Amino acid sequence: MPITLEKIPGQEERVILSMGPQHPSTHGVLRLVLELEGETVIRAIYDIGYLHTGFEKSFESKTYSQGITLTDRMDYLAPLSNNLGFCLAIEKLLDLEIPPRAQWIRVLLTELTRIQSHLVWLGSHAIDLGAMSVFLYCFREREEILHIFEAVSGQRMMTSYFRVGGLALEPPLGWLKLVERFLQKFPQRVDEYEALLTKNPIWRRRTQGIGYISAADAIAYGLSGPMLRGSGVDWDIRKKQPYSSYGKFDFKVATRSEGDVYARYLVRVEEMRQSLRIVQQALEGLPEGPVKADAPHIVMPDRESMKTSIEALIYHFKIVTEGFHPPLGEVYQAIESPRGELGFYMVSDGSPKPFRCHVRAPSFANLQALPKMIEGRLIADVVACIGTLDIILGEVDR
Amino acid sequence: MAADLENHLALKKLWAFDPEALENSQVFRGEVTLYIRPSHLIRVCEFLRDEPGLKFSFLADVTALDLHPQEPRFEVVYHLLSMETAERLCLKVRVSGETPRVHSLVPVWPSANAFEREVFDLFGIEFEGHPFLRRLLLPEDWDGYPLRKDYPTEGYR
Repeated sequence: MPITLEKIPGQEERVILSMGPQHPSTHGVLRLVLELEGETVIRAIYDIGYLHTGFEKSFESKTYSQGITLTDRMDYLAPLSNNLGFCLAIEKLLDLEIPPRAQWIRVLLTELTRIQSHLVWLGSHAIDLGAMSVFLYCFREREEILHIFEAVSGQRMMTSYFRVGGLALEPPLGWLKLVERFLQKFPQRVDEYEALLTKNPIWRRRTQGIGYISAADAIAYGLSGPMLRGSGVDWDIRKKQPYSSYGKFDFKVATRSEGDVYARYLVRVEEMRQSLRIVQQALEGLPEGPVKADAPHIVMPDRESMKTSIEALIYHFKIVTEGFHPPLGEVYQAIESPRGELGFYMVSDGSPKPFRCHVRAPSFANLQALPKMIEGRLIADVVACIGTLDIILGEVDR
Repeated sequence: MAADLENHLALKKLWAFDPEALENSQVFRGEVTLYIRPSHLIRVCEFLRDEPGLKFSFLADVTALDLHPQEPRFEVVYHLLSMETAERLCLKVRVSGETPRVHSLVPVWPSANAFEREVFDLFGIEFEGHPFLRRLLLPEDWDGYPLRKDYPTEGYR
């Protein structure tokens, strides 16, 4: 039985409308049940789970390294952020030191991921509200970033490039040139999007004052990421609880105090520019050295050394057939994904498989603000509010 | 990050507020976990949320652990965050396997709503006082609680 709203006695003329799960503006398979009076939404509840895949159960039957491939498929627009959070949690369990070069490349790639994710958001958000052309521009640039991912990992989306202890491989020769070329082009491109939208009167009328969330509500409802910063709360895990060397990069946290759809649009556009700065710095200051930690019982040995060294061969065999044994304990590692606080709660019982791995998905928490944003507003604004949440249903349902 | 328990501010303040509420505490990799007596949960959470100097105003996450076949079988895990001090704190409540039931934290943090529904859905732990405790991710007529350890990964055949 799907969830539905009961009619209130005496209000029978109100319409109960089921929106989704196949509605194109719900960005996946979100279902909303709306009670309407005319065009005004009186009550709203959301119904999720259409994409529930049981990732958290699957983690328990896979070794730590095998779990990485699952994380890609949760937030499929930010696979590298998920890889990073998962790996950092395991590395915290193991108390493993990651070489600087690997950390820098991780930062570089997760910031490109942020730009890429925001581009998809901007394009689809704009198309939802009737601005068709922005979508085409955004996807043009996104394709270039996906090309960079493909060059480094062999995959456009399901990268699985970060591994426990560092990276899967040293990036190929000439790869940094690709990033550099993108960096030169992209700032003008952001200007182009802004030229299409920021001062556009139609865009402003559709977004300003819509979907208001106050700062206190944003905290109480557990919102994070641009949803929180659009309400004027200066909170970014990259700044406040730096991980993976973020403390060494110079960037600004974008905040706006208006708390509406327009403010969150401005925050995300500014975040793209700031991410670009971080990528620039990562590129310029990229240290030399290994990309894997010095921990032979955890990190896979190089192909070459396996052919000449018996120890490397034994370690390879052990890691592949059995995995590694983190100590007893549990950690919670949060990172700032494009959507907000992405947390991995990892519990180890000393075996090579996690006892429990729970994902605190930012979209899942952010979705809770939706009824608050749309109740009492017009049904046309519902689309703007879903868009501004930037939810990924793969991550909501897990 | 507070590495040692003796000087941990939240622990000290909580001890002064209500020594009865604490069952146990532990620290691992600089992360502090406090075991709270179930009957004191709401009081403790309100205290941690409002106390100046702590201000754990943000409930980041609620989840659970199934320690089957141990008893008490479940642990409900709360991850708190203080945006003022940039500190995190983990609270745990032990719940018996026969009547898995714990107070809902929705009155303290509205964000607990969906998190608790998820735990109810996947672990079968009931949250007393929750405004809308229905299955969230699984269909309403689903049989069993998948994240329990006695539930096979492939599902019941």
